[in-house]
Amino acid sequence: MSLQHVTTTVNGDAAEFLCDATETLLDALRDRLGLTGSKEGCASGDCGACSVMLEGRLVCACLVLAAEADGREVETIEGMAGTGELHPLQTKFLELGALQCGVCTPGFLVAAKALLEEHPDPDETEVRYWLAGNLCRCTGYDKIIRAVLETAADLRGQ
Amino acid sequence: MRYEAPRTLADATGMLASCPGAARVLAGGTDLLVALRSGLVEPELVVDIKRIPGMEDIVAEDGGWRVGAAVPGAVLSRHDGVRRQWPGVVEAVELIGSTQIQGRATMVGNLCNASPAADSVPAMMAAGALARVAGPDGRERDVPVGDVATGPGITSLATGEVVTSVFLPEAPARSADAYLRLIPRTEMDIAVVGAAVSLTLDEGGRCAAAKVVLGAVGPRALVVEDGAAAIVGTSLDDEAVAALEAAASAAAQPIDDKRGTVSYRRKVAGVLARRAARIAATRAGERS
Repeated sequence: MSLQHVTTTVNGDAAEFLCDATETLLDALRDRLGLTGSKEGCASGDCGACSVMLEGRLVCACLVLAAEADGREVETIEGMAGTGELHPLQTKFLELGALQCGVCTPGFLVAAKALLEEHPDPDETEVRYWLAGNLCRCTGYDKIIRAVLETAADLRGQ
Repeated sequence: MRYEAPRTLADATGMLASCPGAARVLAGGTDLLVALRSGLVEPELVVDIKRIPGMEDIVAEDGGWRVGAAVPGAVLSRHDGVRRQWPGVVEAVELIGSTQIQGRATMVGNLCNASPAADSVPAMMAAGALARVAGPDGRERDVPVGDVATGPGITSLATGEVVTSVFLPEAPARSADAYLRLIPRTEMDIAVVGAAVSLTLDEGGRCAAAKVVLGAVGPRALVVEDGAAAIVGTSLDDEAVAALEAAASAAAQPIDDKRGTVSYRRKVAGVLARRAARIAATRAGERS
């Protein structure tokens, strides 16, 4: 079986890899490019641990074929922090202890960042609905929701 | 498996038609990738249609809207024009999966996946939507959305045919639609029952025309003619909506499964049809 050659942009940097046609973007990110921040939880689009941005839209990397990323822009958790500085959501998650085992955390952070870019002033219900596709089996969600709401308020300068 | 991302429709239909083994169309991939992963399908060829011009566009046409086969829910739900004319179709699409799924899942994919519980299908049928089907001979045909799925996971599409868009016609004056579904939780589940109602009021506020379509209570979405007849000519008074409710319950042909029993689904089909009709009437009244 011949491999596909994929040229893409990941976190602003050009990237290329060879992949099998059945390989997912999640597999390619982790196994071809060494970007292991995106996690595989369910591999069926239910848990959101593999959340990434593809062409500016929040998606599950497990439901994207790696070959589809050719010529597209991908953003992952690895691109979230600035140089030597965490994203405000990351800082707030640490401050409030909005994580325990951490497997779901990259997905929550990527999804929450997408939320705040689109809705800078969400209410609690909006945050809960937006993050309904991110499952956490440790925290009970409350600290995560609070961290997102507090970050939103901080970013609005309140 | 081979992956192809053709740049033209002719290439796509040609590849699909000439593939000797199983071939699948890839749009949003939210059903296909799960099926691939679980080994439910093992296609020889996957044809990604997203690089074909027009597939990701929503275009005004004859007062209505043509929605390309690769338009994801996240784009459709932000389209004010479609939302204004067909709020029920948009709310049905928005119910499909999480924010992440909305970033990829398409209305045409929901149609062609042919799940009896597809949320957008009853709403599209109630809206009188037409699916445009392109074939390998270069011909295109428009078919009512309700004729695409013929049973669970089965469609009427021939080898090499691709649904390229869905056309939502212009909503008549004083018209509106609504879609409701029941799931045991608030998000992220498959319909136990879905009900779509589209209706038009006359100048006096009485129902002049209606379509009632149920999902998840039969092998494919069901048109409830008796339900529509029960409310046409009425002002959707309690008696009329009670008759609609009874007709919808009677028309439902559900199965028992882990999501619900036959008797529960029958009951809920009636309740949702009644509520959806009231919502559609309120919306239509607000637009007149």
